[in-house]
Amino acid sequence: MDERVTEGRKMERIYVDNAATTAMYAVTVEKMLPYFSEVYGNPSSLHSFGREAAAAISEAREVIAKNIGATAKEIAFTSGGTEADNWAIVSAAKLSAESGKKHIVSTTIEHHAVLHTLQRLEKEGFEVIYLNVGANGIVRAEDVKNAIRPDTALVTVMYANNEIGTIQPIAEIGAVCREKGVLFHTDAVQAAGHLPINVKAENIDLLSLSAHKFHGPKGVGALFCRNDIRLQSLLTGGAQERGRRPGTENVGAIAGMAAAFVKACGNMAKNAEVLSRMRDKLIGELLKIPRSRLNGDKEKRLPGNASFCFEGIEGESLLLMLDMKGICASSGSACTSGSLDPSHVLLAIGLPHEIAHGSLRISLSEFNKPEEIEYIVKTLPGIVRKLRDMSPVWERIEKEGV
Amino acid sequence: MAYSEKLMEHFANPRNVGKIDDADGVGEVGNAKCGDIMKVFIKVADGIISDVKFNTFGCASAIATSSMATEMIKGKSIEDALSLTNKAVVEALDGLPPAKIHCSVLAEEAVKAAIADYCNKTGKELQGGPKKCEGCCRACEVHNGD
Repeated sequence: MDERVTEGRKMERIYVDNAATTAMYAVTVEKMLPYFSEVYGNPSSLHSFGREAAAAISEAREVIAKNIGATAKEIAFTSGGTEADNWAIVSAAKLSAESGKKHIVSTTIEHHAVLHTLQRLEKEGFEVIYLNVGANGIVRAEDVKNAIRPDTALVTVMYANNEIGTIQPIAEIGAVCREKGVLFHTDAVQAAGHLPINVKAENIDLLSLSAHKFHGPKGVGALFCRNDIRLQSLLTGGAQERGRRPGTENVGAIAGMAAAFVKACGNMAKNAEVLSRMRDKLIGELLKIPRSRLNGDKEKRLPGNASFCFEGIEGESLLLMLDMKGICASSGSACTSGSLDPSHVLLAIGLPHEIAHGSLRISLSEFNKPEEIEYIVKTLPGIVRKLRDMSPVWERIEKEGV
Repeated sequence: MAYSEKLMEHFANPRNVGKIDDADGVGEVGNAKCGDIMKVFIKVADGIISDVKFNTFGCASAIATSSMATEMIKGKSIEDALSLTNKAVVEALDGLPPAKIHCSVLAEEAVKAAIADYCNKTGKELQGGPKKCEGCCRACEVHNGD
């Protein structure tokens, strides 16, 4: 049976937007269902209903911790990756500020959950340095090292980029931070369940993850926070999550996240092989289109991420024409984001605006099949051609060869 | 952000796509940095727009507004074509999301730029003059006089 429990296959559509969200595993749904009906106790209640719910949370905490090399009490549940990022960064910044440290090191390619949190801290008097990445979309650990000052409170660098899929040198950065005695947070939302993570070996102090990126439910995530770091609560309220995160836990979602994480980690090695083979097929075939390019490093990228730019066309048009052919992908063009500028990540790797407008992200999961890749490879060039045929920009490119 | 069915239909099957090699008037507006360029070609016979074609680089609404605007001026007199407004294009497409209104302004401008070019070439006086973008698109440095 197709494990995709959503209606994703109803219209013979192809879902290749797995960096946005994934279909839940059947085991995720199965694990969650009892918590909507039978096991509905409040985990804070002392009676048996409450204890059953609390047990589910403890079990989830254990298995998630185990799969990233942490201990159970280092895991706190959140409403998702965004909350985990906000929480980690704000908390670490405020903690360090107590000892007069108000400098933060990050990169230009972080997710908005990180970038906008840092911008807020800047308004509150923190100084943030956003390190540039190379044209390959990877920050150098050496640059992180050089940016750290005596008053550096925190280094926050994403594990893998959500748009171009590049994997950052997290272990190296972790080593640098440990050596310098600076807290290190990584937004591992795109990496968790897809890349092997060991917080101890990689010297990670704080790590954010989100369930729906690895076939878990939406609206739940976790923050790993090293044992000896005193996390401050963003909210005020009850004593849940050892007094660090008030609010009744989303028990079913937490249980579902754990089930999904176990399965995703178990499938990781096989997925890495199968997905990267499909990814490389896409890259190989689509780069045959004239004036196309791969965004981000060819090797150091997520197994499921293929990000392209096609000159002379605009990403939203490409996206919608693909959608009409049943291919559901994503673009970093300004039009799709609802802003006027194309993706900050594409600009950060040095692409000019006009090229960044023509971006397409295809992100795969273990539910994708080689036949789907064949279909994309067969369909996409014709759509690019159709849009180029009506593009005055393409006409100019062809004429002038610029 | 949701597009109307009418808009999607024009995007999927845009009318008047192409070029006119011996056009009587050509207008191009927008820039690639903003993500939209529209180029409109017109053929004029006895003061009537006998043929019109367009080339557009841009999002779905840029393509659909180009298609609709060109449809709306085809067979019309120069005077009638000059009275085309972006609002009329938006209405004809059953609405545009707020962030996409600038596409309709661009379509109106492109049509008027083509007519202005025709008037310029033929020494005719242009009634009203080509409409200038009124800060519809903040990213567009061309319109900001940059």
